[in-house]
Amino acid sequence: MSEYYQNLIEKLNTRFGNAITGSSVQFGEANIVVDKAQLLQVATALRDEADFAFEELIDLSGVDYSEYGDGIWEGPRFAVAYHLLSIKHNHRLRMKVFGDDDMPVLDSVVNIWSSANWYEREAFDLFGIVFDGHPDLRRILTDYGFIGHPFRKDFPLTGHVEMRYDPEKRRVIYQPVTIEPRVNQVRVVRDDHRYSDRMTEES
Amino acid sequence: MSEIRNYTLNFGPQHPAAHGVLRLVLEMDGEVIERADPHIGLLHRGTEKLAESKPFNQSIPYMDRLDYVSMMCNEHGYVLALEKMLGVEVPLRAQYIRVMFDEITRILNHMMWLGTHALDVGAMTVFLYCFREREDLMDMYEAVSGARMHAAYYRAGGVYRDLPDQMPQYELSKWKNEKDVKLLNENRQGSLLDFIEDFTNRFPGYIDDYETLLTDNRIWKQRTVGIGVVSPERAKQLGFTGPMLRGSGIEWDLRKKQPYEVYDKLKFDIPVGVNGDCYDRYLVRVEELRQSNRLIKQCIDWLRRNPGPVILDDHKFTAPAREEMKGNMEALIHHFKLFTEGYTLPAGEAYAAIEHPKGEFGIYLVADGANKPYRLKIRAPGFIHLAAMDEMTRGHMLADVVAVIGSMDIVFGDVDR
Repeated sequence: MSEYYQNLIEKLNTRFGNAITGSSVQFGEANIVVDKAQLLQVATALRDEADFAFEELIDLSGVDYSEYGDGIWEGPRFAVAYHLLSIKHNHRLRMKVFGDDDMPVLDSVVNIWSSANWYEREAFDLFGIVFDGHPDLRRILTDYGFIGHPFRKDFPLTGHVEMRYDPEKRRVIYQPVTIEPRVNQVRVVRDDHRYSDRMTEES
Repeated sequence: MSEIRNYTLNFGPQHPAAHGVLRLVLEMDGEVIERADPHIGLLHRGTEKLAESKPFNQSIPYMDRLDYVSMMCNEHGYVLALEKMLGVEVPLRAQYIRVMFDEITRILNHMMWLGTHALDVGAMTVFLYCFREREDLMDMYEAVSGARMHAAYYRAGGVYRDLPDQMPQYELSKWKNEKDVKLLNENRQGSLLDFIEDFTNRFPGYIDDYETLLTDNRIWKQRTVGIGVVSPERAKQLGFTGPMLRGSGIEWDLRKKQPYEVYDKLKFDIPVGVNGDCYDRYLVRVEELRQSNRLIKQCIDWLRRNPGPVILDDHKFTAPAREEMKGNMEALIHHFKLFTEGYTLPAGEAYAAIEHPKGEFGIYLVADGANKPYRLKIRAPGFIHLAAMDEMTRGHMLADVVAVIGSMDIVFGDVDR
């Protein structure tokens, strides 16, 4: 499978040239990083050209890299990962696009794949990534009137507010959270020698 | 002359046909839907964020709670992603056990779907029949994992323990006399595999029963034929997978096309619909029940003949046995490290997908070399199917909305995550 995807990556690189700013095959999957400005052209070509024929956008996911590897990350903070599937060729591709600051704006792919509609709303809701050209960019998963973008790394796991019924006011009220943040098991980054050969070989 | 007005109708979240907590805001012209706007997120628990705060193994029980009618399939998607990054191959017996329980789960899920779908559309009997069968299937879950629903049975590297040799039996109680207990225990005399085999022998007859009640039923057909039609092109555009895509006539099943575990060694067929309406999706799922039954039979046959380990012996990420820990210092250290810190994955990202009963269930995992996921994205099939609600119901009547929701097989644990 890795060999097949190496070929696919080569084909993509020759076709799109400098629109692709990075590519790799890892764990038997093809990854490309696409330049933000050329996202729409590349996406349209990936869907329509017979060699690629990615008819389905399977998944779209925001990623916040601000705490990656305990601060070793140097690139832009936000990325969006598009998982594409071609039913015709039975192959997959992960396409990544990086936004450039704390309020990233990307072009919406909703006119290329209709399934992007809710996925982009989700990424907007949870990460605050704005998709330019989306017909209806509202919050989707969080509460009506929610403030903040909960999946950003600087948003606490407990959240900021909690909801309860107030018997005096006889209605539901919001108040600051009363639970203490706690960590049961610490996060540690290990330099595991078992993976070192696999990492260099594949990346 | 009376004035004609458009209505905005609020459907749910406390509606029995909303399958949980769906809130639909419908703009209607008389009884015709002009626009459907699903409001989701009422069951959003932030599973993905919670997983980021826990070592990898501790998120397995969260997976059960996503789509809470097909528990083990969710776990399967997650452990496949872990195994892909760990770069390990699980023992063959564990692969067969996983496939068998995936198919049991598929029946469990489709029974729930068939029962509630029929109930929404107006057939009570099917619902009662389906829940009778679910009882047996949950007993299988209980026998193997100790829990009737949230099993937490799969592990990275295999499954937690082997199948029990003795099927648990009913005991005498205030509510069950000797005669009842004897009747209930009739097919529980042997091992779990005997019990499952007995079920697979009975089950095709049950499917025939459901089909006599529904397939040629005039009311059922009036409510489902030609409702919520999705063309193959639109199905692909809308990101459909699983029975929703196959109902529209596209032959696509990850078990065949990108086989994982031992699906490439087993014989089964993929049913495909023609018209892409609610009725075709019903037919596809009912045929899947028969195919699942066939797969389970093949797994039972193999599992009987091939005893062996069910989990890898690499204690860097699987727990060592209790007795080993009593005398072996190495095992004790492994156990301590595993349960206080967990294991790390190599830095990188992977996407693993399985053919979940509802469609493609995928896990996108970003790791940075730590003992917790850096980002975990769950690709839930229900989420993207529900996104097509507006397109599928536009121009239909209010009553058809219920049929469309039923045929999507929506579960909110999975849509809202």
